[in-house]
Amino acid sequence: MMALDHDHILPRLEVRDICKSFGSLRANDHISFRVLPGEVHCLLGENGAGKTTVMNIVYGLYRADQGQIFLDGKPITIRSPHEAIALGIGMVHQHFMLVPTLTVAENVIMGTRPLFFSRSSLLTNMMEIEREVKSVADKYGLKVNPSALVSSLSVGEQQRVEIVKALYRGVRLLILDEPTAVLTPQEIQELFNTLRILVRDGLSVIFISHKLNEIMAIGDRVTVLRDGKVVGERLVSQTNPQELAELMVGREVKLIVDKKSANPGEVMLIVENLSIEDHGVKLLQDVTFSVRSGEIVGIAGVDGNGQRELALALAGIIKPSAGTIKLSGVNLVGKSPAQIFRAGVCHIPEDRQTMGLVMDFSVAENFVLKNFSSPPFVRHGLLHPKEIFSYASRLTKQFDVRTPSVKKSVDKLSGGNQQKIVLGREIDQKPKLLIAMQPTRGLDVGATEYIHQQLLAQRDRGAAILLISTELEEIMALSDRILVMYEGRIVGETSAERSNIEQIGLWMAGVTVS
Amino acid sequence: MELVGSLLQAALRMATPLIYAAIGETYSERAGLLNLGIEGLMLIGALTAYTIAFFYQSILLGVLGAAVIAGFFGLLFAFTTVTLKANQVIIGTALNLIGLGMTSYVHRMLFNTLAGSSGNVKVLPIIRVPILKDIPLIGPVLFEQNLLVYIALLLVPIAGFVLFKTSLGLALRAVGEHPKATATAGLSVTRLRYGAMIFAAMMAGIGGAYLPVAHANTFVENMVAGRGFIALAIVVFARWNPINVLWASLLFGFTFALQFRLQIANLRVAYQFLQILPYVVTLLTMVVLRGQTAQPKALAVPYTEQV
Amino acid sequence: MSDVRHELWRNFVVPVLAIIFALAVGALILTLTGYNVVKAYGALWQGVFGSKVNVGEAFLRSTPLILIGAGIAIAFRCGFWNIGAEGQFYAGAAAGTFIALTFVNLPSWAGIPIALVIGFVAGAFWGALAGFLKVKFCLNEVVTTIMMNYIAVGLVGYLVTGPMQEAMRENPQTDEIIESFVIGRIFPTSRVHYGFVIAVAVAIIATIILFRTPLGYSMRAVGYNPEAARHAGINVPLHLVTAALLSGGSAGLAGAIEVLGVTGRLFENLSPGYGFEGIAVSLLVNNHPLATIISGLLFGALGAGSQVMQLNARVPAVLTFIIQGLIIAFLISFRYLDKNTGNK
Repeated sequence: MMALDHDHILPRLEVRDICKSFGSLRANDHISFRVLPGEVHCLLGENGAGKTTVMNIVYGLYRADQGQIFLDGKPITIRSPHEAIALGIGMVHQHFMLVPTLTVAENVIMGTRPLFFSRSSLLTNMMEIEREVKSVADKYGLKVNPSALVSSLSVGEQQRVEIVKALYRGVRLLILDEPTAVLTPQEIQELFNTLRILVRDGLSVIFISHKLNEIMAIGDRVTVLRDGKVVGERLVSQTNPQELAELMVGREVKLIVDKKSANPGEVMLIVENLSIEDHGVKLLQDVTFSVRSGEIVGIAGVDGNGQRELALALAGIIKPSAGTIKLSGVNLVGKSPAQIFRAGVCHIPEDRQTMGLVMDFSVAENFVLKNFSSPPFVRHGLLHPKEIFSYASRLTKQFDVRTPSVKKSVDKLSGGNQQKIVLGREIDQKPKLLIAMQPTRGLDVGATEYIHQQLLAQRDRGAAILLISTELEEIMALSDRILVMYEGRIVGETSAERSNIEQIGLWMAGVTVS
Repeated sequence: MELVGSLLQAALRMATPLIYAAIGETYSERAGLLNLGIEGLMLIGALTAYTIAFFYQSILLGVLGAAVIAGFFGLLFAFTTVTLKANQVIIGTALNLIGLGMTSYVHRMLFNTLAGSSGNVKVLPIIRVPILKDIPLIGPVLFEQNLLVYIALLLVPIAGFVLFKTSLGLALRAVGEHPKATATAGLSVTRLRYGAMIFAAMMAGIGGAYLPVAHANTFVENMVAGRGFIALAIVVFARWNPINVLWASLLFGFTFALQFRLQIANLRVAYQFLQILPYVVTLLTMVVLRGQTAQPKALAVPYTEQV
Repeated sequence: MSDVRHELWRNFVVPVLAIIFALAVGALILTLTGYNVVKAYGALWQGVFGSKVNVGEAFLRSTPLILIGAGIAIAFRCGFWNIGAEGQFYAGAAAGTFIALTFVNLPSWAGIPIALVIGFVAGAFWGALAGFLKVKFCLNEVVTTIMMNYIAVGLVGYLVTGPMQEAMRENPQTDEIIESFVIGRIFPTSRVHYGFVIAVAVAIIATIILFRTPLGYSMRAVGYNPEAARHAGINVPLHLVTAALLSGGSAGLAGAIEVLGVTGRLFENLSPGYGFEGIAVSLLVNNHPLATIISGLLFGALGAGSQVMQLNARVPAVLTFIIQGLIIAFLISFRYLDKNTGNK
């Protein structure tokens, strides 16, 4: 660890040996770092590195299992966001906490005045209040219209309101969680200007991000997290993107998968110029790639860079604004999910509990979720329980689903077994194209291994597989080719050799020129 | 001219119980609670007021008692829906059944009648405001009414003021739209919803109390006759704004008054079309305004604090 | 808790507990108001089981409740909160009466089925309309169906004082339907008619649809998790409208049967709140159509028995409304207590 000559300045915030586990998952493992007054301190890491967890602890949303927090040198305990705010700590989340039907000013002052029996309970002087809000905003160069309804604001404007909310309450430490995810380049520059003004005034800013170019642009110091631990701390002026990328993704290879070499056949899926735009925000931009039968193409990238939209477009749930999706030459854009399924596309969705399974249904009912209306499950217009049960039993055995009975409701099963149901159901269709999004999220080692083996088996059978995951190890272990997505675009393509991991890391963090 | 005047006067009188109930429901729905049990609450209020007025000769006590008892049931509603997070539609329906059953039962008990109706109570006197009542047309309409009407007319602007011009109202509006944001701002979703519900129930109780003490001067089983459901429609029609509640209630009140006149006059005009007109208009309004629906986004969705 | 035991608990023990608690509170009310609980409940029991006529009344009253309850079970299972059974009932009653009064030359074997089918269609239309408003315009079906109750009741009021009014033009009711359209009684000694058989059949059919057909499977999936249903290729809006249609139709059928089997004519206040009682009937058995036969009979029995209780023990019949409301309230509270204390 580099010696820092800031040790004599009292840090605004210090976290020491913070540990937090969720079940068997160690989200934070003895995390320690300091944030000085008047600096922009970046927290860099991939998904699951632990950055959001530790910040949620600082903001009072979680309680740490171990460790201490010091504010301006004094030890503090924070039990709720309310207490955090009272201590001068504010957080702007990825999902805004704004009431759309209220005005900017109303959102800013909400909760700051007593509800009863006080002069300040009366809001008859709205104009004055709005002026007050505007002056706080102006002080830091934030352009807001206090009388505007939040629902009429752009995302960037809404984020500004969130920041004004925190400033109005006198925060001295502002935490921003991936703030640039939904901003236009213009808005990002405006945000950076704002941050510069804030720190000039002595505030501290914690900037959580995975985007290296931004960290290089706005950060003073950066702490890099990986797998719940701090792996490095640098002065931004004394480091470079390569070093940071290596810290972010470089790791001991733990995942070894027995993999035959790929034998790709014909091209199965061609995605061309696929774009999705929503209210002016470009979620996918000109995405073009192809997948052959018998190969696994992995899409790497930090969550929120368009992977979700890509998966939903491929499944037929959202309609792209431009581009084509061709499966064996047939364009799937505009077709319903049922039609896409029948065309031979199977889908392991990102969230098995909300998208993949009906939790109140039994194992058997979930196994036939996509084909319950076809023979042999339907006979003379009625469902055929025996066929359904025997099908479910077969798949239960085949895919190692641990359940005492196929009649048990799925919510009683473990996450791994739930995922195996989804997997088995889709794979049994012998799909031409299998899209697997975050297939091992929340699963233990055993289930993860199993799913990986199954994906490889499908690949060897000749299916075209698109694997979308934020787990870089998973991508590296399974994929034959790797594409990296960043801000809705494919920014890089490479083969899955270990030596490329640094390049992949750079791409994931938005650095395109090596 | 005189006919119009007396119609308007009657319209306001018929609108008054609706105003109370709808203002109350506006508050509870703004906070996110859909209370289908207004009908039951109004009945409870009606019986309570009638009983107290009958035995203690005091209308004031009667109305206060109605508010308290109905408020208690509102507390029960809040407990089952906010704390136990039970389905609000179902609890509201249960409340209606209990309200109807209990009031009919207790009424028969106390007044020893299986016939469904009983003795008279004295009625709220009409307070004639001097000078103002002589204004042509609106004079009699606005200034020759009973005390509960006057209070209702005052309630409207006050309710509007509190909802839109105080931090309490701001909090209520927020909690029905985005309870999570409200919680992160440090406010208590539970307390806001309990408070709104108890207030709403008390208002419904007073609205129901109006019927025996100012309208019919007796209690008849099921005398609320659907007004509770009409109040639900009024809230939607008024787009959850207390000021509009006045106009919407007057509209419904007017159709009732008109319908009465028509029935009495034995005109062969199908008064039922007038009867259903407000509901049709409400439906049409909902369709036309669907894009810009003012319905509180978290209406009828139980709030769970997350980790 | 093992699955079977849990199911048993939820669908049997909890409702029975709710009934017991409700009866207990009822007993408390009785005592507080000076009644002899034994005498009162005894009369209630008598009112149900005391004689063949009484038993018949229970079955009679349960007929519309089972029909409406079974339909609502389907709607609620699909996530469509149909509070409009009352209006759908009236729609069906009006349509059925119209057929019965207009096509007087039809023989029974043709006329009655046609009248019932038309009753079903009318109710189905009224329900589907609310379903359409929900999927097309996102209008909350609780509010729209309640509005439509009033509209239907008002329209019926218009019909029976206008175009469909009896020839004598004295009362707000239609003429009596002719013999060939009357649904016959099953036993000579009691009023219960074959409509009860139809009700049971409908409950069975509804159960088969819900649990044994692809349609029912889809509806249940939509009710539990519309998002996953969508991902699985199920047409969510279509199924919502279908659920609205089926439950409305069932309520309409109930209305037609009530006219053809019991009252013989259409008039205002045909329904003493069957639409709402039907909701309670379905909720009591966790929206299982087959079980609405039991809960329908229970509530029908309560209703029938309450009349006798009033006559013999001088206890107001409306006590049963209280008990019904309490049953629902306790049931929902128990169910949610169960949910929140770790079983979920």
